[in-house]
Amino acid sequence: MKAAHYWHCFVGIQTREWLRFWQQRTRFASALVRPLLWLVVFAAGFRAVLGISIIPPYDTYITYETYIAPGLCGMIILFNSMQGALSMVYDRELGSMRVLLMSPLPRPFLLVTKLLAMGVVSIGQVYVFLLLTLLVDVEPPLWGYLAVLPALILTSLMLGALGLLIATWIKQLENFAGVMNFVIFPMFFMSSALYPLWRMNEASPWLYWICQFNPFTHAVEAIRFSLYLEWNPMAYGITAGVTVVLALLATAGFRPQRTKILGTQSA
Amino acid sequence: MTIEARNLSFRYGGKPVLREVSFALTSGRFHALLGPNGAGKSTLFGLLTRLLALQEGDILLAGQSLKKQPAEAMRQIGVVFQQNALDLDLTVRQNLQYHAALHGLSRKEARKRGDRELERFGLLDRANDAVRQLNGGHRRRVEIARALLHEPSLLLLDEPTVGLDVASRKALNEHVRHLCESDGLTVLWATHLIEEVRENDRVLILHQGKLLANGTGSAICEAEGSRDLAETFHSLTGAGSP
Repeated sequence: MKAAHYWHCFVGIQTREWLRFWQQRTRFASALVRPLLWLVVFAAGFRAVLGISIIPPYDTYITYETYIAPGLCGMIILFNSMQGALSMVYDRELGSMRVLLMSPLPRPFLLVTKLLAMGVVSIGQVYVFLLLTLLVDVEPPLWGYLAVLPALILTSLMLGALGLLIATWIKQLENFAGVMNFVIFPMFFMSSALYPLWRMNEASPWLYWICQFNPFTHAVEAIRFSLYLEWNPMAYGITAGVTVVLALLATAGFRPQRTKILGTQSA
Repeated sequence: MTIEARNLSFRYGGKPVLREVSFALTSGRFHALLGPNGAGKSTLFGLLTRLLALQEGDILLAGQSLKKQPAEAMRQIGVVFQQNALDLDLTVRQNLQYHAALHGLSRKEARKRGDRELERFGLLDRANDAVRQLNGGHRRRVEIARALLHEPSLLLLDEPTVGLDVASRKALNEHVRHLCESDGLTVLWATHLIEEVRENDRVLILHQGKLLANGTGSAICEAEGSRDLAETFHSLTGAGSP
């Protein structure tokens, strides 16, 4: 297999994802409602309760909306990745996965490309969301929109791989409600998405440490820092490391017979 | 290309689904894999398409073990799954291009081959229609056209006529037989419908995970001392032809 084959395959998978996105654009638009509700309603209520001091990467007092915007970017990717991974092995995407796995290219390449393609669509949504946050005066520097891109790609690959790993191996979580309760919400709430971790430390040190061990925290911080053109090697390093480990585990441990890809027989 | 299965056994969590299945497919011929529901046909297809990992035994494609060259083997195989594997919202051409890309073909080449196949299948005028607008028979044809895009030498079809009306079933069966003759394709057509099988076909009868018969339809009938395939099938599997 030559590099050109890999390239055509990569482009083909990306193209298909965008075509699907375009076909179902109303569904994707409605997926923006959730983070917008958090931003507008939740933040309005919480702003009064929670004072934010000056913490890096911010160099001035910020509104609560400004604080949670990067966390909500992470949330968009978190929901999409989990939903995407589940649909890959249980429902909507089964047909396309069957076709995908008939490719003569190596399976890890196919799976990572597929996760990246789904991630790119999520990232498109993140950018639309960031544009909308301008309405509530969340105004990162212009170059921040570009600088945040690698963090968004890493986050989407990390969470996609996690989703695939869970969907393949944890039978009890084969529906979205289960994943929401046991994966999405704990990851989201036990992170720095909604409140700075020093606040969490004041409330409960052990919760603080759980948050520190949550890779989503570091993904959100990588997004936050790069959006404000600050370099956070620890957040980036942990996110990248976890991404590599999860991607390896998810692709090497992928077994079609543990999914519904094969059809009714494997159920 | 020669295809050989050697002593295939497979278990789902302790329950045997295939037991020491061995056969060889003759190059350029139509083979019917006949078996009642639950006989192990889909498992066998899962192994041939490497969606299932081999547990015991081996599959050889042109002498190459599927264990050694698993991915490369997929270049030689075209597959039509039992369940629809088309994106209903995308057009026929977009579906074909996705498949072609997965096999490393450029867009230009994909378009050329796709149009060639669609023309052959009488579907070129539907190329820009969403698959959703096609009837069941036409969708199946698109899936076969797609399976042939990368020019495989073996075409696997897992109960391709499920959900089609009698006329479409017959047409699809004829169509694949024609491909077999015109392209020299080796075909393995799994079905539980005896009327899709002819006396002069190579027939493999699978029942409860065991290969009960393997030969031309007429030879099998002769060996069983029965009048036709339906009777043979009935006496071998203890089931009426559904």
